[in-house]
Amino acid sequence: MSHGPSASGGALVAAPLHGAHHDEPHVPVFTDAARAELDMILSRYPSKQAALLPALWLVQDARGWVSDASMAEVADALGITPAYVKGVTTFYTMYHQHPVGRHFIQVCTTTPCNVCGAEDVVTSLLEHSGCGDLGLTSADGRFTVIEVECLGACGFPTPIMINNDFVESVTPESVPRILSELK
Amino acid sequence: MGFPHPSHPRETPILSKYFGDAGARTLDGWRARGGYEALQQALATDPVDLQNVVKDSGLRGRGGAGFPTGLKWSFMKPDGKIHYMLCNADESEPGTFKDREIMRWTPHGLVEGVALAAHAIYAETAYIYIRGEFTEPYAHVTRAVEEAYAAGVLGANAMGSGKRVDVHVHRGAGAYICGEETALMNSLEGRRGNPRIKPPFPAVAGLFGKPTTINNVETLATVPYIIKHGAEWYKQFGRADNPKSIGTKLFSVCGNITRPGNYEVALGFPFKDFLYDLCGGPLPGREIKAVIPGGSSVPILTREEAENTIMDYEGMAAAGTLLGSGGVIVFDDKQDMVRQIARLVRFYAHESCAQCTQCREGTAWTLRIMERIRDGEGTAEDIDTLLSIADNMTGKTICVLSDSCATPVVSGLKKFRGEFEARIAANRSMVTVPGAFRATAA
Repeated sequence: MSHGPSASGGALVAAPLHGAHHDEPHVPVFTDAARAELDMILSRYPSKQAALLPALWLVQDARGWVSDASMAEVADALGITPAYVKGVTTFYTMYHQHPVGRHFIQVCTTTPCNVCGAEDVVTSLLEHSGCGDLGLTSADGRFTVIEVECLGACGFPTPIMINNDFVESVTPESVPRILSELK
Repeated sequence: MGFPHPSHPRETPILSKYFGDAGARTLDGWRARGGYEALQQALATDPVDLQNVVKDSGLRGRGGAGFPTGLKWSFMKPDGKIHYMLCNADESEPGTFKDREIMRWTPHGLVEGVALAAHAIYAETAYIYIRGEFTEPYAHVTRAVEEAYAAGVLGANAMGSGKRVDVHVHRGAGAYICGEETALMNSLEGRRGNPRIKPPFPAVAGLFGKPTTINNVETLATVPYIIKHGAEWYKQFGRADNPKSIGTKLFSVCGNITRPGNYEVALGFPFKDFLYDLCGGPLPGREIKAVIPGGSSVPILTREEAENTIMDYEGMAAAGTLLGSGGVIVFDDKQDMVRQIARLVRFYAHESCAQCTQCREGTAWTLRIMERIRDGEGTAEDIDTLLSIADNMTGKTICVLSDSCATPVVSGLKKFRGEFEARIAANRSMVTVPGAFRATAA
């Protein structure tokens, strides 16, 4: 099992929430609509390999994370080796290599947000989400919280990303209301 | 309109004119505002003429390096090879969030600029590489591209010109380094985002090994206005006595400031007026202590230095820093510079791709030392060690991430050395060790 983004390296608490568990047989991602979308993506590039990042996004959109079996499937579709796919997947911070909470929360704590109190937002998120520590998933499977480097919304401190959505100008005080709206 | 604040009367809104105006996002809305007229005109113009107009305009790259755009385009010749146009929308430099607003409010303006540039460099295919976190800009730009194809603006016969222009949107997946142009090319090709050794430069062997031009979002969004109104029109923006810095520039302002946001001013604007009049100065009861004027990779200015600086390439250079990406980070007197510089170093240590030894080791060791100074566990020798490491990290690697990590450390030590020394002098472990003469060395 790959390590989560937690600096503490702690064990994951929650059960996987999206798709197959590690010991379940792999259900292919690229069938029907997803296969058609991959074919459309492939038509944009002179090499199949260039579709690697988009293909990994399709996997994550469908399954919530990118398993080793999915990486092998991507490798097969693009004519490259599973090891190569893993090497690329692990380079980028946004591909989850293990299941995460239904609401994956990324908090920017880089300098521009840091000087505006981003670390207090992290503390509040950890407290109210029940995650306990960065990178861990809450026992109810709802949340995973990680710190990230600059989200590129420095004028709206503190921005957080909840799955694919930005929430800007988050304060420690606004955290409970934001979390309560996420089921 | 301005976003998130109304435009200030002293701004010169060209790119930002429609920020906050959701009507500008659609193809019809963009056309109603004069959009795609420049592209129509450009597609009927010889690429060399387009290159020359942009050269004459004085436009320089807005991504940070400030390379003359027309000159970059002129490296591309009609050599019969496949060419690629690349738009760098991997905006990730801490303090910078201008390209995000361009893509959110005027996605067709970017698509128009990208298509125009593709024609100007003899390319039929362009890619817009957008950082993975920018989901909303990605959605707007993708929709704009789809609309443009549906209307025949893009495709095999772009705007009825008989020329093929394809534009594709590509999403990154979280890696600051992919804003480095050759790392971006590797990433788009489906590789790890390691920067490439140069030469060969992209104009010779870039994306997929083919001659490639890569420009920043702001640069490309500016080009249609230059083509439409002419180089002379563009030259009116800037200091009369400085022909090297022409045009308007978007500045993103963040940190401890009353009105954070994006501001577009003509280059040559006084930084003091900018900080206090446009951005409202520090928060009530506070004073500005330091400013990083061009994204986190450029040297830090003290308040006094910032207040005496002119906002253009040469003005910033004269102050010992760089215009960079235009990301202005303000620190007030409440901030601990040791702590914040350590945080910046953590950013670079996290983002190092680790292929060059000086960067991989240098960022990691700089971080350890900075954090131990921050935590009151530093020693007097640490300052010299930091400077020595910084020297070994500067000008010695494939890309400048390593240099960028050294920059805040070196400029921070130069300008706020007292804060470092005070933190080291307060190291209780040093004072309590019997016979530790070193304790007074700081």
